[in-house]
Amino acid sequence: MSTLQTSVTVEAPRADAPSLWSRLRVNRNWLGMWFMLPAAAFLVLFLAYPLGLGIWMSFTDERIGRPGIFIGAENYQWLWDDSIFWLSVFNTLLYTLIASAIKFAVGLYLALLLNRHMPFKALIRSIVLIPFIVPTVLSAIAFWWIYDAQFSIISWSLIRLGIIEHNINFLGDGNWARASVIFANIWRGVPFVAITLLAGLQTVSPSLYEAATLDGASNWQRFRYITYPLLTPIIAVVMTFSVLFTFTDFQLIWALTRGGPVNATHLMATLSYQRGIISGRLGEGAAIATAMIPFLLAAIAISWFGMQRRKWQQGSNND
Amino acid sequence: MSSVHIRDVRKSFGGFEVLHGVTIPIEDGQFVVLVGPSGCGKSTLLRMLAGLENITSGTISIGERVVNNVQPKERDIAMVFQNYALYPHMTVADNMGFSLKLRGARSDEIKKGVKRAAEILALTPLLDRYPRQLSGGQRQRVAMGRAIVRDPQVFLFDEPLSNLDAKLRVAMRTEIKELHQRLKTTTVYVTHDQIEAMTMADKIVVMHDGIVEQMGAPLELYDKPANQFVAGFIGSPAMNFLNGHLRSNGQAYVETDNGSKLPLASAPTASEGRPVVYGVRPEHLELASDGIEAEVVVVEPTGSETQIVARIGTQDIIAVFRDRHDVSPGEKIRLRPRASAAHLFDKENGRRI
Repeated sequence: MSTLQTSVTVEAPRADAPSLWSRLRVNRNWLGMWFMLPAAAFLVLFLAYPLGLGIWMSFTDERIGRPGIFIGAENYQWLWDDSIFWLSVFNTLLYTLIASAIKFAVGLYLALLLNRHMPFKALIRSIVLIPFIVPTVLSAIAFWWIYDAQFSIISWSLIRLGIIEHNINFLGDGNWARASVIFANIWRGVPFVAITLLAGLQTVSPSLYEAATLDGASNWQRFRYITYPLLTPIIAVVMTFSVLFTFTDFQLIWALTRGGPVNATHLMATLSYQRGIISGRLGEGAAIATAMIPFLLAAIAISWFGMQRRKWQQGSNND
Repeated sequence: MSSVHIRDVRKSFGGFEVLHGVTIPIEDGQFVVLVGPSGCGKSTLLRMLAGLENITSGTISIGERVVNNVQPKERDIAMVFQNYALYPHMTVADNMGFSLKLRGARSDEIKKGVKRAAEILALTPLLDRYPRQLSGGQRQRVAMGRAIVRDPQVFLFDEPLSNLDAKLRVAMRTEIKELHQRLKTTTVYVTHDQIEAMTMADKIVVMHDGIVEQMGAPLELYDKPANQFVAGFIGSPAMNFLNGHLRSNGQAYVETDNGSKLPLASAPTASEGRPVVYGVRPEHLELASDGIEAEVVVVEPTGSETQIVARIGTQDIIAVFRDRHDVSPGEKIRLRPRASAAHLFDKENGRRI
């Protein structure tokens, strides 16, 4: 009975009860909130506010040097009937899909290769990272020379080898230009995928491969049944990032083609910049940029739900 | 089921030889334990048997077939790894059925095989769980189940119990031994724990620095260790060694450096005055008024028995008593080795005399 009574006792405010302030002072959550505040302020100021401003701007007719007024979805109505906008959407999807797929395939292949024992392993691994280290614009300029209509080393080599007779107009022809910028993007993006997947591969215990070998698995079966499933969480993360980076790519295109020839390589990001900053129609540019958000959210959602379905890796006790 | 023959097997990593010609015959259905301190080459030998390491020279045959150049999956062996190596993304049933699936077995065959193994190991209620949802002992059983499903010629165990806590280790030890008695599959078991070796093995192979020191039945190794290494390795607490010289005045005995006389049951063939090592197990020492004087250093009661660490001259000696004696540190006691259980080793090469 006595235990029952003590548990039922009503907490009445008493004179010696600690004050709100003294309770807050020892509360770890309260302290934790203060520690988070600088980072939160930073994110709000430089991410959330510009994002909100951009979305708001897409509903106005603001131009550079002139504040806009709210015009509802008019910008979007204009874009809906704008074939160049739709071309840029198509280009962006094409660019993202092809580049990401090839980056994944090549990156995974490189990661598997680098995961083997070989001489100068550390050196080779750091060499693979080089395209990632070089500033984008610098590598874009290098590619610009490689793709140059007159001085292209590729055209020159192929002519010398007798395979073609005339220079290839890499950046002047629509489809060649698309292929060229996609190739440059792949070259830049592969190291990120390869090194991240390599890190993932190294978390797979070698004894799992030995067990699978004894169970009778061939090389391909070891990849199919052990490596691939154990790597899926990392693949999901790295490919989400890769898709986001590729979808929002701007520097490479702007340095190589500026969206040309005849908008054949205009991505949504470059078109938004051209309409918003160069032509000065900030509202319309913001609308194009805002139109990218649903695509990006979809990419994140796919990987998020894809990752959530894996029951075996939930929880922390996974040794 | 099959016999295994390891003949003059050597293994080098780079220029460094870790196995110096090992020959071990294993009969069909035998439970053989490779035991030795870390770095003795026992795990390497097991991995060579599995086909995970290649063989530098010598031959390994399973049944009549030399398997030196046979792929691991063609060897028809199953291995239980120290860390179990369960596939974390597969359920218990899928883990156990994986080898059958790779062999292209039909799904009802796989189910049947998994069911049979699960029943043997009492894993049936766990078949739909993932490895991370299992306790250490359950994971260990799944790893064994994966081996049983394949119904292999030979089971290999690589220190399978070293990740378990002490109590579970004893339980799993019994379970593995029982399993072997039931399936009668040839088993090679690697451990560094001599108690595991003693309790489970039909035949123990004691390895040290890449050679076989001695092989034989557990009690044979305990009663007649071939050399000082085996004598010190088998048995717990370890055998006491006292340096001395062989003496005789009608009855042979060993005189230690500080003049104590240690009894021998029979006169050895060695000549008088020869420097020898006198070995006596802690359980073969008794308190007696005509024993050697020693000073008690530490008393360690375990309940069923009491270990006493005592000092003779400058050397520590361990004695184990089943009955409780009222001794305390600092006290002088007299210990007498049981002459019939004493071992004599050559001082130079450590061999049994």
